Amino acid sequence: MYSIAKENLNSLYAAIAGSYDLFMPIKTAGQTNYGFWKEGAEGDIDTLKTIRSGKDAFFPQVEQLYTVNREIVPADVAAGDDAEKAANTPIRTKLNVTPGKLVDQDFVIFGMRPCDVRAIEVMDNVFLTDPVDSYYKSRREHGIVVALACHEPEESCFCTVFGVDPADPSKAKADVATWMIDGKLYWKALTEKGEALTAKVANLFEEADADAKVEEEKAYIEGIAKQLPNADLSLEGWGAGKTDEKFKSEVWDKVYKGCLGCGTCTFVCPTCQCYDIKDYTTKDGIQRYRCWDSCMYSDFTLMAGGQNRQTQLQRFRQRFMHKLVYYPTNNDGMFMCVGCGRCVEKCPQSLNIVKVIKAFAENK
Amino acid sequence: MPMNEENKEFRPLIVAFCCNWCSYAGADLAGSSRLSYPADVKIIRVPCSGRVNPMFILRAFERGADGVIICGCHPGDCHYSTGNYYARRRMALLFSMLEYIGVENGRTRVEWCSAAEGAKFSKTMNEFCEKIKSLGENVRLGDLRCKN
Amino acid sequence: MQELINRLKELIADGTVVRAIGWKKGDMPYNPEPAYFEKPEDFDNFVYDGFCGANLSKMMIEAGKLEGKTAVCLKPCDTYSFNQLIREHRVNRENTYIIGVGCRGKLDIEKARKAGIKGIKSISGIDIEGDGDVTFDTIYGEKKMAYTDLMLDRCHVCKGKDHVIFDEVIGESKDTGDADRFEEVIKIEKMTPEERFAFFKSELSKCIRCNACRNVCPACSCRKCVFDNTKFDSQQKANVDSFEEKMFHIIRAFHVAGRCTDCGECSRVCPEGIPLHLFNRKFIKDIDTFYGEFQAGKDPEAQSPLTDFTFDDLEPKDAVGRGDK
Repeated sequence: MYSIAKENLNSLYAAIAGSYDLFMPIKTAGQTNYGFWKEGAEGDIDTLKTIRSGKDAFFPQVEQLYTVNREIVPADVAAGDDAEKAANTPIRTKLNVTPGKLVDQDFVIFGMRPCDVRAIEVMDNVFLTDPVDSYYKSRREHGIVVALACHEPEESCFCTVFGVDPADPSKAKADVATWMIDGKLYWKALTEKGEALTAKVANLFEEADADAKVEEEKAYIEGIAKQLPNADLSLEGWGAGKTDEKFKSEVWDKVYKGCLGCGTCTFVCPTCQCYDIKDYTTKDGIQRYRCWDSCMYSDFTLMAGGQNRQTQLQRFRQRFMHKLVYYPTNNDGMFMCVGCGRCVEKCPQSLNIVKVIKAFAENK
Repeated sequence: MPMNEENKEFRPLIVAFCCNWCSYAGADLAGSSRLSYPADVKIIRVPCSGRVNPMFILRAFERGADGVIICGCHPGDCHYSTGNYYARRRMALLFSMLEYIGVENGRTRVEWCSAAEGAKFSKTMNEFCEKIKSLGENVRLGDLRCKN
Repeated sequence: MQELINRLKELIADGTVVRAIGWKKGDMPYNPEPAYFEKPEDFDNFVYDGFCGANLSKMMIEAGKLEGKTAVCLKPCDTYSFNQLIREHRVNRENTYIIGVGCRGKLDIEKARKAGIKGIKSISGIDIEGDGDVTFDTIYGEKKMAYTDLMLDRCHVCKGKDHVIFDEVIGESKDTGDADRFEEVIKIEKMTPEERFAFFKSELSKCIRCNACRNVCPACSCRKCVFDNTKFDSQQKANVDSFEEKMFHIIRAFHVAGRCTDCGECSRVCPEGIPLHLFNRKFIKDIDTFYGEFQAGKDPEAQSPLTDFTFDDLEPKDAVGRGDK
């Protein structure tokens, strides 16, 4: 295990950024979000929850898929050297299709919380099963995840309900686990990728024999996690195979009414992975891109024949059914929620997954 | 933006929304009177200056315009009686907002120009084009994707 | 609060109204949600405290279409929004029973989080009748904050303690204004264009296009928003180029110019904490300067400045560069 003092973190960021692209929580205009670190940026790993989750690292809000450009082929080129033929050849246009660039350089995601790391597993089940999403896959292969334990979990956190351990990032599928204890960052590589990263920045680290200290920190965090108001939330009645029972429930009608139909919950959620594919008309062609979509929007999955979900109740139900029933049904019982609590903090109307689960428990 | 390769002179792209009844006819008159105005000005005919939605102006900038000018009938002369009065209020607020978010003053303009004012139309367009040339390329309100 | 609950129950019992719209207790002490109440037992969860900031007037658009009368709890500033909705024929006044509820400023949990308060178990001192500091009981010990320090920004520029439309008023209100409404706008106006551009760029680059600002806005009541048009390539959800956020926020504010009552819901709900009211207030300030003072929603009969004109209005060229003179 290695350690580095908190005040030297900036040189650690600089050292990592020297060899890799460094994606980490950065404070801009008063809010902390993931972004690419560059000299002068204010790295912020003290804020427990970035507003947007770390899913941008692998599944950015907007991603270019390919560009199509129209190229005008002059008549003489089309006809070669034959002048007579050139004179009789009409001007032609050619379409050039340029695929979007796949990530081919290793990059580092720094300071990801255990819940967000679990969310990567959730997305893997979607994007890495057949048909494999090559854009996502290239990012996954090149991403090095440095997970950070949550020193003081907050009341909106309920990750333990889904089996996430906020105290021990080495249990998460990360490449490096870190703890911030008393002004020092403790660093433990977990995988080969993590070792490679450690080797590159090892000159900044001190050797530390801190297993006891880390154990103490873990016990402290676990103690707090137990006291959180939603620590004993029960998921009884949810999970694989509950479709009929839950879908037809009358409780939905009671819980959805405040919903505005905005996309806040879906966009701050680390596990929501629906997207839309669109064309943007450029000067002489189009750019085809994909961007996050939200099942809360009225035009979600709009087709020529209309929509399959026309009321906000149906949309609201879809979101939670997907997280708590459909996804587990298709993925061996794994829930599509990691308990990060971002929706608890950010919903404009204070609706959230915890309230839904509780409402169902009360109205059995 | 279109750069003349030979002398590297900046040629702005200017969008002019002209009302069908006064300004568009004014542009016509400028033409038939052989008065010149820069070829950089692209005219879009609208039924009335009141038809110009603020979104039209932002969209023009998005897609690469360096300046946008709205021409309508003189206040009091609107073909629909009051259209240009509403336009005047809307544009005053929009221009003030553009200034507020840090867009250079002068990229947008409203000019009242009647069907009989071919000379004014030509003069206005020449002036506006010079102004935009002095401001240079619009970088603050463009969409990067439209540049390639 | 008990008086309010009793009165609402009474109104439902005597058949004056069929349902009430108020706030339901949340699972945290600070997150009550807007909700419908019909049966007496529903009121067990009714709450009205400092964290009930949501403006319920927009809910009356849908509730007004239901069978029977609906009682709605409106704070003084919410009544402006309701008036504006009447002006636009979006709510049915006959179908509404307005209870003006008292208000001594609404609270913003983000303010507590910014002050480092976390692990909240319970909060006291947020009652509507109360006075004094707010106490947080947290996992990490007890924390105190002054009520005014915890208030939403909008409450520091309070429109006043009077309800402009109501059937009855329950509870005392307080004018919590202690700042100049246009102070921030003036501060920005005084910057150089480069500074202004940089300011808005850094704020708007946080936008995630969740549309919460639009959906919560009582003035944004179009059935189909222009940004929901699927044929329009800058619509909704994507933030591909920084231009898109600028256009979205300018147009959003422009569409409510002259109708925005400055209720501040847009800034309250923004998950990224973008000061969206700065756009709306700029329009309000300009309208006041150019066309005379106007408070949307104050008078349901008044003509909105953008659907009105005078023969000698200011010319657009004079609307800009005023700072330079």
